[in-house]
Amino acid sequence: MSFVKATVAAIAVSATSAAARDQVHIAGSSTVLPYASIVAEAFGENFDFPTPIVEGGGSGAGRKRMCEGVGLNTIDIANSSSLMKEEQWTTCEATVGKVTEVRIGYDGITFSTRLENTGFEDLTPEQIYLALSDKSEAVTWADVDASLPALAIKAFIPGTKHGTREVFETKVMLAGCKAVGTYDEVFAANGGDKKAAEKECFKVRTDGASVDIDGDYTETLASLDANPEGIGVFGLSFLLNNTDKLYAANINGVEPSTETIASGEYPVSRPLQFYVKNAHVSQVPGMKEYLEFFVSDEIAGPDGPLAEYGLVSDPELEATQEMVAEIN
Amino acid sequence: MMNDVPSKRSLYDISERTKKRNAAEGRFRLYGIIAIAIGLLMLLVLVTTIIYRGTSAFQQTFITLEVELLEKKLDKKGNRNIDDIKKVSTFGYTPLLATAMQNALKENGIETDLKKKALSGMISKSAAAQMREYVLADPSVIGTTVEFRFLTNGWIDGYLKGRYTRESVENSKFASAAQFDLTDKLVEIGVIEKKFNLDFILGADSSDQRPESAGIGVAMVGSLYLMLVVLCLSLPLGVAASIYLEEFAKQNIVTDIIEITISNLAAVPSIVFGILGLAVFINYVELPQSTPIVGGLVLTLMTIPTIIISTRASLKSVPPSIRSAALGLGASKMQTVFHHVLPLAAPGILTGTIIGMAQALGESAPLLLIGMIGYIATNMPGSVAEGLFSPNSAMPAQIYEWAKRADPAFIERAWGGIIILLIFLLTMNTLAVILRRRFERRW
Repeated sequence: MSFVKATVAAIAVSATSAAARDQVHIAGSSTVLPYASIVAEAFGENFDFPTPIVEGGGSGAGRKRMCEGVGLNTIDIANSSSLMKEEQWTTCEATVGKVTEVRIGYDGITFSTRLENTGFEDLTPEQIYLALSDKSEAVTWADVDASLPALAIKAFIPGTKHGTREVFETKVMLAGCKAVGTYDEVFAANGGDKKAAEKECFKVRTDGASVDIDGDYTETLASLDANPEGIGVFGLSFLLNNTDKLYAANINGVEPSTETIASGEYPVSRPLQFYVKNAHVSQVPGMKEYLEFFVSDEIAGPDGPLAEYGLVSDPELEATQEMVAEIN
Repeated sequence: MMNDVPSKRSLYDISERTKKRNAAEGRFRLYGIIAIAIGLLMLLVLVTTIIYRGTSAFQQTFITLEVELLEKKLDKKGNRNIDDIKKVSTFGYTPLLATAMQNALKENGIETDLKKKALSGMISKSAAAQMREYVLADPSVIGTTVEFRFLTNGWIDGYLKGRYTRESVENSKFASAAQFDLTDKLVEIGVIEKKFNLDFILGADSSDQRPESAGIGVAMVGSLYLMLVVLCLSLPLGVAASIYLEEFAKQNIVTDIIEITISNLAAVPSIVFGILGLAVFINYVELPQSTPIVGGLVLTLMTIPTIIISTRASLKSVPPSIRSAALGLGASKMQTVFHHVLPLAAPGILTGTIIGMAQALGESAPLLLIGMIGYIATNMPGSVAEGLFSPNSAMPAQIYEWAKRADPAFIERAWGGIIILLIFLLTMNTLAVILRRRFERRW
């Protein structure tokens, strides 16, 4: 009985102190999650603060949770692989006060296929657009371009809730669309409506040749196991971990690597960032230290562990460091 | 017609119709056997796959190295001031590894073309933290040479476990055939060896960069706290509710509705309880996110209907004669229930509780919504209160988290985690069966 009493007493005591939180709480993009967890782990090892908690859930969901309100039962930082839109900034800052965007580096997006499917060493946005657009009737890649193998078109692309989808649409589909000339046609037909023309270009075929993957890259990889001739869209760091099964196509003749992405030669890349709720910085112990640690040279620099894992280091890291130092 | 001689048929002859009926029965038996055989085959496939893929997670590759803890790297001022030593981060310790590797190779007369980075890259990234912790615990070791046993990198481990070959790492940025050649040589002289890895069972989760050091221990403790909350809340609540419904309440439309509601609740998908938990316990009551107390409350909601249903069934199975005898001898209604009926129904109640808890133990969907799935590498809780109120994961949540990470080494750990989870579930279910067998009375 005394154990029960002790337990109840302990719970009662800690329930009053439960409102305070010891560690930083982060959620959001599953692309940023591995990087954030690497930083969180190193942070826990090197500081006297507890290891931050990093949840996934997707960029949009993470930002939504951060914008929910101020208070220690809401998250402090939202990881995001897409940029916050103007409207969301306004509503979010109206609810939680100032929010800071911190860019941590760049991520490359690759078109990868299994090692045994030779012939996909080089692709262009034009070819991908011709194969995957809703206007396409091509059955095999050879129908698109005779230089490509005669394998059935089966592409696994990120679903619409992913931040990656946006990059796929703007950097690949739109680029291909413009190269083919469809963009100009639609643009002219709609009397110069830019938005409508872009929307038309973003449309992917719905006859099963293009499949939306709403889960993580592991799901895309599993889909390629089930459809060995398929092509999948993967982040560079995921590809680097699975080079025993996959290889990535060069886009416009440029191989995806941290170097080509940093120099801007590889066209399909996007910035990765996190959004900080400034109001929490003074309340959560270690939050400021975590932010500074994340953007420090030894973590996010070109020789740091993040770059080693596949993040493309931001050439303007120094400006970010200065900005983070001023958050309070 | 009447004159027709009736066919003389012995009772022992089997008529066409009987033959048909017998055949139908035979076929039905065959179907049954086939169904059981398919079931058993599936189970066999499942169990062998889990064991085949998961057992390797319990072994890990270690490398034993003599590391010189250089003063000029770790304590530049040389005054052994703990605050100054703390300023050297794990990144300051990493260079020591390459030197230690080079020394070990020189000592054993092994030559290699590998550069420093490739050499230290064979050792897990957890090594630097391991050394730093050791130094901070006792700064006087700075300047001495200490023998450490480090984990090797997940790729080297994967090579020795057959996950990677020299061909498969041809395009890899993280491992090379030359590293594998060196690994072979070091295995030969016993510097690298595969050993049972207790840290997998007792340790905490690790980041995506070091699958080799990930463990399920902290998540296991999280699961235990969840179960503690579930047991402490759902057993008394469930039993009290069912005793009242079964023994005291009058049978009327209200109790009928309650009964139907409880049966329906038992069939509600668990994710619904997760959404409820998020809305009520986190957003309204403002309990801290990702904590076992919230997870336990959510799982309690899920378990109570199961406990009520099984408790009521076991209360019902106590014969009315027991109640009549007790009441006849002058016991009050409450005395009858608590002195006679409840003890007789106890084995059934316990069985139901254990099965309900086993269900809750394997649940991951509601935990997703209250933030118990993710990279949560907290330390082992120091007290009960800390265990309940500091963020943690749970075993099924940890397995799910591992299964979706990029490095295939995590998949191995997910399978290993499944083995541990299954051992827990099997133990709980066996306990339920034993309790029922030993204590249940038949009337």
